[in-house]
Amino acid sequence: MLNTERKPITGKRVQFMATCLCDAFYDDVAAATVQVLEYLGVEVVFPEGQTCCGQPAFNGGDWTASRKVVRHTVKTFAGEEPVVVPSGSCAAMMFHGTVLEFENEADLGEVEALGRRTWELGDFLVNGLGVKTWPGRFEATVAFHRSCHSRGTNSSSAASTLLGSVAGLKIVEFGEGEQCCGFGGTFSVSFPNISASMGALKLDHIRAAKPDVLVSGDMSCMMHLGGLAKEEGKPIKTLHLAQVLRDALKNGKLI
Amino acid sequence: MRFQQIDQFAAELRADTRAAVYDGSKKGHEKRTKLLFDEYADPDRLRRIAGEVKQHVVENLDTYLPQVEAKLKANGVIVHWAATAEAANQAVLGIMRARGATKMVKAKTMVSEETELAHFLEKHGMEALETDLGEFIVQIDGDHPSHIVKPIIHKNRREIATSFEENGLGAYNDDPQTITRRARHFLRHKYLEADVGLTGANFVSAESGRLVLVTNEGNSRFCLAATKCHIAMVGIEKIVPRDYDLALFLNLLARSGTAQELTVYTEFISGPKSPTQPDGPEEMHVIFVDNGRTEVLASDCRDILRCIRCGACLNVCPVYRQASGHAYRSVYPGPVGAVLSPLMMGDKFPQKADLPKASSLCGACHEVCPVNIPIPDLLLRLRNRAKEENVPSPGTPPMGAWALLASQPTAWRASLFGGKIINYLPTKLLPIPALRAWEAKRSLPAWRGGEFRKWLKTRKGRADFSPPAPSRAEAKKAD
Repeated sequence: MLNTERKPITGKRVQFMATCLCDAFYDDVAAATVQVLEYLGVEVVFPEGQTCCGQPAFNGGDWTASRKVVRHTVKTFAGEEPVVVPSGSCAAMMFHGTVLEFENEADLGEVEALGRRTWELGDFLVNGLGVKTWPGRFEATVAFHRSCHSRGTNSSSAASTLLGSVAGLKIVEFGEGEQCCGFGGTFSVSFPNISASMGALKLDHIRAAKPDVLVSGDMSCMMHLGGLAKEEGKPIKTLHLAQVLRDALKNGKLI
Repeated sequence: MRFQQIDQFAAELRADTRAAVYDGSKKGHEKRTKLLFDEYADPDRLRRIAGEVKQHVVENLDTYLPQVEAKLKANGVIVHWAATAEAANQAVLGIMRARGATKMVKAKTMVSEETELAHFLEKHGMEALETDLGEFIVQIDGDHPSHIVKPIIHKNRREIATSFEENGLGAYNDDPQTITRRARHFLRHKYLEADVGLTGANFVSAESGRLVLVTNEGNSRFCLAATKCHIAMVGIEKIVPRDYDLALFLNLLARSGTAQELTVYTEFISGPKSPTQPDGPEEMHVIFVDNGRTEVLASDCRDILRCIRCGACLNVCPVYRQASGHAYRSVYPGPVGAVLSPLMMGDKFPQKADLPKASSLCGACHEVCPVNIPIPDLLLRLRNRAKEENVPSPGTPPMGAWALLASQPTAWRASLFGGKIINYLPTKLLPIPALRAWEAKRSLPAWRGGEFRKWLKTRKGRADFSPPAPSRAEAKKAD
C-alpha cells in the first residue's frame, strides 16, 4: 500500500524538487510552482545539486542504476524541510518506489525519511498548508487528467479542490478517466505502438469533452498527450496545475 | 528498429480482434465498478480484507494443506498431490484407466489449461470434451483462451458461426442464441456418454473440505450429475480458512469477474455420494497441483498467489485491451499473467521476462484487484530480476550512462545545456534509439535545459517569468 502519511507542516520553508522534465523542457512549470508557493508566503529553497528522482531506471528495471541516483537525491535534499515536487509521479517514486528498491539496503531508513517529507504540489497546498480555495481568475473549460501515479494518494482530489474553486474555471469530465495516457516512462519507447494507441484513445475522450485546456499534475503525461496531438496535426493546449494557479493569480492581479 | 514482442503483436493485431477485446474488457470493467460501488459503501475495504485473508493462507500453506487433505479424506475424497503439470495429467490418466474410462466431460478450469490436460488425454486415446461454451469454441477451433474468465473475448460471433459450420454444427448462423442452442444440443448427449467429469475449484475450505465451484452455464453440474467419477484439479493456493470466508470471496469474485452479484450456479461439494448425500458421483478425486507455485511462494512475488482468477485486472488493463491475451504467449495473460507466467517458468524465466515490461505501471490492476495484489510492484521486481539475470530487453534504453550523469551535478548541468542540440539537429542523426522511438509517434517539446535555473538566479524578488516556451520549430527558426 502507498504510505501517504506525512508529518504536519509547521514551518514556512520548503525544498523544491523541480523534476528532470521541468529542468530540461518545462521551465515555466517549475517557475509557476515557485511563484505559487511564494504567493502563499512559503520560502522556496532550490538545492542546486538536484538531478532526477531515479524513476527512469527504477521503471526500466535497472535498480542498481536507480539506487545510485536516489542516493544522490537523498544527499542533495538533506535537512528537515518538506520537499515539494510538481509531479505525482516523482513524489510516488520518492515515497513508494524507492522503498521497494531499497528493501534490502542498509540505507533504507534515510531513503524512507526523505519519502515521508516529500509532497506532490497539489497535496502539499491542500493537505499540507490547508489551502482549500484558490483566489484569482482563470476563464477556461478545463479537463483534468488524473495521472496514474496519484492513484491511492490525495493528489487528484487536492487538484480538483483547487481547480474547482478558481473563479471562471469550469471542469469537464471525460470518458474512461481512470485509464492511463500511455506514457509509462521507458514503456513509451519500448512499446511505442501500444503506448501511442493508449494515448490516442485518451485524446479522443478528452476532445469529445471539448475543453479549452488539458490540465494535469504531471508533465510526463502532458508531454506524451501533447506530443501525440501535435504529431497528429491536431494540437491541444496543455497546462500544469501550477501554471493554472499561477495564471489565476496573475489574472486577478494578485502577483 | 526492434521493439518488444508484445508491442509488435499489438501492432499486427487484426482490427476486429482488437475491437472485440477492447469492447469486451471495457464493458466488463465498467459493469464491475458500477455494481461494486452502487452496493457497497467501501468496496476498497472489502478488497483489503480479502487480500489479507488470502495472504495469510499463502503464508501458511504448510498448515492448511495437511488440514484440507485430512478433511477431504474424512469426506470420502481421494486426494492426490502433483508437483508438476505432467504428474497432474498422469494422475488423471491413472484414475481414468483404473476405471476403464475413455470419455471425459470437462468444466472450465485454468489449471487444466496450464497442464494442457485435454491434449494430453487425447494423445493417450481418451476423449476430453470442453463443456463451457467459450472453451468448447476454443477446442473446436484448435485455438487458445485469451482471457481467464472469457476465453473467447477475442472472437466475434461471425467467426464463431463460421467455425460451427466448419465443424458440422449446422449451417452458418451468427445469432448468439442459435449458436448457444446448437452447442447445448451437441453437448447434452456427450454428458450422458461420459465416464468422468472434471472440474476445477474456485475455493476449498480448510475448515470443512468443501469445494466451491462458481459457473454461469450449469455445465459443471451436468458434468457431475451425469458421470460416476468426479475429478477436481485444484491449484494449491485455492484454499480459504473457513466456510465463513466464502461470504466475502463469493461476493467479490462474481462482482469482480463478471459483474454479477452472484454467479448463476454456486456449488458446494462436500464429497462423493454417501448415505447422507444420495446424489452425485460415486467416486471423487482431488488433485492438488503445484506446477511452479512453491517456487512463486519462495520468491519475493508470492503475493500473486492470492489471485482468485477473476480477470478484473485484464479487463481494466490498457495494454491488455490493445494487445489481446494471446500477445502474452501464456495461459495467464494481462497484468496477473505478466507476473505469474514468467515466475511459473522456473529456470526458463528469461523466455517470458519481457511480460513484466508490458505495462505502463498505471496501477489500474492494483486498484481493481479483489485481493488487493500490488501488481505494479511485482512487475517492477521482475523487471529488476530480468536485468540481474542479463536478459536482453529490446527498446529499453540503457541506464548506466544516465545514472552516471544524474549522480554528478556538474555533469548534469552540462548536459542540460548540451541537450539543446536536439533543437537543431534532426533526431535521426542522433545515436539515441529512444529518441527516435519517441519521435516516431509524438513530437518532442523544445529543449529548455537550464532555463529554470537561469530564471531562478536572475529574477528579483517575485519577478514575473519570461513568456512560455517556444515550440521546437519556433526555437529552430529563432536560431
